[in-house]
Amino acid sequence: MTLETIRHLKHDTPDHDRRLDGMAQGVLGTDMDRPEGPLKVSGRATYAAETAPEGMAHGYLVRAATIGRITGSNAEAVQAMPGVLHVLEDERMIRNAAQGMAGKSPVQKQGQAWYVGQPVACVVAESFEQARHAAQAMMVTIEPDGTHAFDAESREAQVETPEKKQLVQGDFDGAMSGAAFSIDNDYRTSSMSSAAMEPHASIAQWDEDGAVTLRGSYQLLRFNKNELADVLGVAPEKVRILSPYVGGGFGSKLGLAPEAVAAALSAQVLGRPVRVVLHRRQVFETVTRRSETKQRIRLACDAQGKLTAIGHENLVSQLPEEVFSEPVAQGTHFQYAAPNRLVGHHIARIRRPAAGSVRAPGEAVGVTAFEIAVDELAKAAGIDPLEFRLRNVPEKHPENGKPFSSSTMEATLREGAKRFGWEHTAPRQRREGEWWIGTGMAGCVRVNMMIEAHARVVLTGQGVRVECDMTDIGTGSYAILTQVAAEMLGFAPSQVETVLGDTDLPPASGSGGSFGAASTSTAVYLACMELRERLAAKIGVKETELTLKDGHAIHDNRQTKLSELLGEEEWRALGHLEPGKAGQDVRQATWGAVFAEVAVSDVTGETRVRRMEGTFACGRILNLKTARSQCHGGMIWGLGLALTEALEHDPRDGHMVNRDLAEYHLPVNLDVPQLGVHFLEERDDWANPLQAKGIGELAICGSGSAVINAIENACGVRVRQLPATLDRVMEGLAAHD
Amino acid sequence: MRSFDYVRAGDTAQAVREAGSEETRFIAGGTNLLDLMKLEVMAPGKLVDITRLDLGGIEETADGGLRIGALVTNSDLAADARVRRGWPVLSRALLAGASGQLRNKATTGGNLLQRTRCYYFYDRGEPCNKREPGSGCAAKDGVNRILAILGTSEHCIATHPSDMAVAMRALDARVEIEGAEGRREVALGEFYRLPGDTPQIETVLKPDDLITAVLLPAPAGGRQIYRKVRDRSSYAFALVSVAAVIEVEDGVISKAQLAFGGLGPMPWRDADVEAALVGAAPSAALFDRAADILLAEAKGYGGNDFKIPLTRRTLAAVLTQATEASA
Ligand SMILES: Cc1cc2nc3c(=O)[nH]c(=O)nc-3n(C[C@H](O)[C@H](O)[C@H](O)COP(=O)(O)OP(=O)(O)OC[C@H]3O[C@@H](n4cnc5c(N)ncnc54)[C@H](O)[C@@H]3O)c2cc1C
Ligand code: SF4
Repeated sequence: MTLETIRHLKHDTPDHDRRLDGMAQGVLGTDMDRPEGPLKVSGRATYAAETAPEGMAHGYLVRAATIGRITGSNAEAVQAMPGVLHVLEDERMIRNAAQGMAGKSPVQKQGQAWYVGQPVACVVAESFEQARHAAQAMMVTIEPDGTHAFDAESREAQVETPEKKQLVQGDFDGAMSGAAFSIDNDYRTSSMSSAAMEPHASIAQWDEDGAVTLRGSYQLLRFNKNELADVLGVAPEKVRILSPYVGGGFGSKLGLAPEAVAAALSAQVLGRPVRVVLHRRQVFETVTRRSETKQRIRLACDAQGKLTAIGHENLVSQLPEEVFSEPVAQGTHFQYAAPNRLVGHHIARIRRPAAGSVRAPGEAVGVTAFEIAVDELAKAAGIDPLEFRLRNVPEKHPENGKPFSSSTMEATLREGAKRFGWEHTAPRQRREGEWWIGTGMAGCVRVNMMIEAHARVVLTGQGVRVECDMTDIGTGSYAILTQVAAEMLGFAPSQVETVLGDTDLPPASGSGGSFGAASTSTAVYLACMELRERLAAKIGVKETELTLKDGHAIHDNRQTKLSELLGEEEWRALGHLEPGKAGQDVRQATWGAVFAEVAVSDVTGETRVRRMEGTFACGRILNLKTARSQCHGGMIWGLGLALTEALEHDPRDGHMVNRDLAEYHLPVNLDVPQLGVHFLEERDDWANPLQAKGIGELAICGSGSAVINAIENACGVRVRQLPATLDRVMEGLAAHD
Repeated sequence: MRSFDYVRAGDTAQAVREAGSEETRFIAGGTNLLDLMKLEVMAPGKLVDITRLDLGGIEETADGGLRIGALVTNSDLAADARVRRGWPVLSRALLAGASGQLRNKATTGGNLLQRTRCYYFYDRGEPCNKREPGSGCAAKDGVNRILAILGTSEHCIATHPSDMAVAMRALDARVEIEGAEGRREVALGEFYRLPGDTPQIETVLKPDDLITAVLLPAPAGGRQIYRKVRDRSSYAFALVSVAAVIEVEDGVISKAQLAFGGLGPMPWRDADVEAALVGAAPSAALFDRAADILLAEAKGYGGNDFKIPLTRRTLAAVLTQATEASA
């Protein structure tokens, strides 16, 4: 009766069936509210730290204040403090959060403090206050282990140049020197934090059989499960992770973080549940940040404004032994055509807290700097920046000649310009009182990815249940998975229950790289297709002749209640998506265009963004509301990248100085103008059978440059070091005085 | 956070009596003190809760001024119709500070005594003479973008972060204090101390001195402006701020009261700047001279060098606006 059948898709070829367009329920693509919304706004959605199993103790991490070899501590004295149950100094504690999709333990403690801020111990006590106080009293002795570099650009920094990440095509130098117009500038972006609203928190509990359950706040559960198992040295089957609600991730919760390991190890020692919550200041330090970048961009074009050379050489930073490095030029490889190309990638090994994936790793900073450079070249060539871009739309992947799965760059540029009312003028033309007014624009681009995903769909006569370990990090997974199942199986969304965030359920994609919605929706779609075919077979029609709507099966002008067809039965199907050649044979990407108007104070250099208009083509829109929210978020991130956000590192030891939300400046409401978001609906058959693509990250990949370019247009000041804080703008203004 | 004793004072005499040691602190809104206690930057052994005291009202005084109770919240003070009419610079300064939630909780007394936002002061892993006398000053050669350019010493370059106090300084406010020896008044200009070699001592208050009120003299008239320059549109401390009360009569500046935030260890006021302005006709050259005087001793520490030109530009803009013939 509960037979579960499997539908597997190895995604090698485009799917031209577009079955979703033939469905009848009419809920997909609407702006349906999040089903879990009422729980969230009424405080009934339980986030990671919000349960308290009986007997729970509290752990608080101890931070290394210097760098070097750990030689001792005052653990004994701390152990004697009121309420203290245990001082954990286990070598299995992790140095920093795991990189996204690592699936194995990150670098462990190894008796070393690699960077200032590294968690080196955990104090567990009866109450949170006791644990925190004792942790603050704990002193770990650290012997200096030589001199280190703290700035990627310092002479002491060891720089790696991995061969695989360098590219030369054509005669780059020749094209530069023979060009009608060219530019050669250094651009810098700052070290940045994800700053998700919910701080990382974990509650670990072991059972008698040596299995551990962790309530945490994570994005990629099937990977996190393996990471925790590897750290602890237990079999993955002995690990269960629960993350039903996640208060924002932006990459910071891709990989298992130190609090989870500390909670699991302490709980094992004490034989009782342990909760470890990171203080906001610890979130900043121990969870991976976005690397600062230095980007040398050289561009050349002919007299007509056709690009002839593209050079993008990047320097990023990372801790020793960490495999990830910010893939700055990811978008550069294909965004614009030019026959002569040069890409350089250099990694400085320095002692700042570990870098990792933060929303749109690569393009967020790479496209942003590049789109400033394009603006500069257009200006040098005397061509409107919109027109300049239109003259350089690539027809195919400029480096390997592969086709694009869909090419919407030109359409988004044109539509965006129309919606904004783009009209380009020379700089320093418009003024209101002390404020210079100007406009700027930029293109956005982001690679589109799919990863393996499973999902189970259970159909009964009364409704549908969707189950997998997918996470909803605030993005709307609950909503869209509900919608896909409702649409495919013909039920109202209220009759679909979506259960997520539990590794005991089929392993989905998790949330990251904007691949979550498309990958896991495809798994749900596959399971639904399986069920549709089983229904069709039972009725004796072809699946394509079957209409499912409002709990009825409709075929040949006949209508049968599903409850009659299924009776008391529960039909189960498992969808399994496996990425294949469809991701390799073509270049899949999402495209957009952002236009901005800013005002810049001629007195102080303060910038106020007055309006921002984004036009994006990112596949089929599954839910208009959550898709739009993603783009709002991305544009605001772009604004932060352009104007306010920077982690300051102490020049003497690399530690993060401004590690709280008062001094790490995210844009506040007053910084954000009315944001226009418009989607160009497309059907990219290469993407997946749903034609759905990643959305979340696209809007940050370039929108900051629209702001920077608008500043130049307003007041004539070109800022090449982000964020464009008022002092940087003022310096340029002073030169005009 | 260290464990501490807690006493809820029923009247000011009891509050003063319960205090009296370095170990004791009054707590009002708690928006600054509690943060510092959680980080153990401050670790009082005893808290005297003063929120039940009768210090919440705003009254008119015989000389046409105002007596603002120490427990009046920043929100209530900013919204008071008399303040908005007679001392608008104060209302504007308050509204430029913190966030709505914080202003609802923050009190007048607590705002005057909030501690610096120097990053290193908040970080127990770093040397800081203000937090731990004699340990050194990490900010001088560290990240000091937000720190002071006036009134610093080799021992400390922190700023006082308040907006409210800057406006009050421009308005010649006085602080009413109840101590073991009774009640006294101190001009706000004499209330704060320069860091010198004791940056941990920030005011003239003794441990058992309770601020009971702030007194404003009769409305100063003139044009009143508060301009705050910061890293985002709201919810950020001042990099530079200017509170100005300016009057022009017959083409000549007849009154100039100017105080500055973000520049020094206290709301900054310079009598020589005002003397140079009063009696002179407004002009760009005059404003430049005023800035020369104000910034004569200014010293940048690298990251905060930009505050010197920024102050000059902001002061000129404020003075221009304040002296423009009204349309
Ligand atoms: C994120 C953030 C942003 C902020 N931004 C700004 C800003 O932009 N501009 C700005 O001006 N401020 C800002 N503030 C600071 C805020 O204004 C102060 O925290 C607040 O004014 C302090 O008032 P309180 O009543 O909460 O003081 P408390 O925290 O209760 O006390 C502060 C100190 O004053 C002492 N104290 C309190 N009342 C008395 C009294 N009557 N007599 C003697 N001693 C007393 C306490 O012992 C303590 O040492 C910000 C604060 C935060 C947390
Ligand atoms: S400037 Fe003052 S508060 Fe900051 S570190 Fe130096 S001594 Fe401490």
